[in-house]
Amino acid sequence: MGANSSLRDKFERGLAAPICLTWELTYACNLACTHCLSSSGRRDPKELNTDEAKALIDEIAAMQIFYINIGGGEPMIRRDFFEIIEHAVNQKVGVKFSTNGTRIDAEAAKRLAAIDYLDIQISIDGADAETCDKIRGEGSYAAARLAMDHLRDANFGEFKISVVMTRDSIEQLDEFEAIAKHYGAQLRLTRLRPSGRGVDVWDELHPTQEQNRRLYKWLMERPNVLTGDSFFHLSALGDPLDGLNLCGAGRVVCLIDPIGEVYACPFVIHDEFKAGNVRDAGFNAVWTESDLFTSLREPGNPGACGSCGSYDACRGGCMAAKFFTGLEMTDPDPECVFGHGETALAAKKLMLIPKPSPDHSKRVPVSINSK
Amino acid sequence: MSLSTSVIFDASAPWSLSSQVSLRDEAFGALAYHHGNRRLVFLKSRELVAILRSLENFNSVNEAIDAVVPNEHDRYVEAVGALVKSDIICGR
Repeated sequence: MGANSSLRDKFERGLAAPICLTWELTYACNLACTHCLSSSGRRDPKELNTDEAKALIDEIAAMQIFYINIGGGEPMIRRDFFEIIEHAVNQKVGVKFSTNGTRIDAEAAKRLAAIDYLDIQISIDGADAETCDKIRGEGSYAAARLAMDHLRDANFGEFKISVVMTRDSIEQLDEFEAIAKHYGAQLRLTRLRPSGRGVDVWDELHPTQEQNRRLYKWLMERPNVLTGDSFFHLSALGDPLDGLNLCGAGRVVCLIDPIGEVYACPFVIHDEFKAGNVRDAGFNAVWTESDLFTSLREPGNPGACGSCGSYDACRGGCMAAKFFTGLEMTDPDPECVFGHGETALAAKKLMLIPKPSPDHSKRVPVSINSK
Repeated sequence: MSLSTSVIFDASAPWSLSSQVSLRDEAFGALAYHHGNRRLVFLKSRELVAILRSLENFNSVNEAIDAVVPNEHDRYVEAVGALVKSDIICGR
């Protein structure tokens, strides 16, 4: 895909429907990860009910969105979880869902293994309990490994192991690869964003320049490691990484949250990037007609990056990473590989950083065994 | 999930769009999604999409191409043939 810059130009003008649609089923979660993109914890009383969820899937099928990414919160906490995903796959809408694994016991693993068009991503944020639990909470690593054991024992097939790249986890790349190999699983690495609760930990946890350079090299040597296109800001280091290498927000990507709000991407749950609600005139109307998405599909202003020879490689980086670190859309990515982001950040140190809008965090710390 | 890399593409033979493939029209052409191997392929020309949709009405790929883009025959033979390895089209 790397050489397809003309196709990328077309994608930047938006597609008839998203390619990558993320749908957070619930804000409820039995973990309280420090970097949670959606500030999840407590269920929102206004969450879509089963009938509304099924109607949304019907519309997704009609729009020919071939697969959806389901997340949360912890999606398996919803009592109608299986009903919802089975409704999707029955209409040939493939499902990939992200889970912390705590609800995948032997029985659930068997049920999941029996469903076609289903991908599972189990999250760990360290290759050992100490590193992982520091972010995801005590017992989270053991629970995720147990879920992986159950999936393997149920012959689920190839699942995915998803890891957010922090300053600590990035030092364990080879160990993650070994864990994936152990299960015959696919490894998926994604970028730490300063979104949701991540805004509070980004400063201390986001990779250093040197770590990002090592990650780029490691990924270039391993095209089979999935990244969800999340490291395109690193493509300025040389040849492009595998993927579209563009910010797909509102163009090829969007997020539907548990109460039906549509945001430009999973990393910008904030009023400023809210395009509408599926409860009003349906999802298709938001995707095709909202003012926000229309404006995101107009040619962007390269701003400060316009004079950089690598603008075509990274396109100025991630909108969410800029927004939640207080940068302008025309500023460089805060993790710009040439250090321009750090310079821009230093200049804005005293500015007010936007806070994510809805916060469903639990008010007290929780242990993994609490229901 | 296995890909039929061993299948030889012969444009004088009849082919058709796989029954497992859905096409979604886009301004640049279409997305082709194979529900079996879960591959998403970008079709970067509306003419290519028209050819694929009509394949089953012709006795050969050559005829299907000539009905849409007679002046660009060779280019489109290549474009259609490239879809064999992802199982987007299959022989019939």
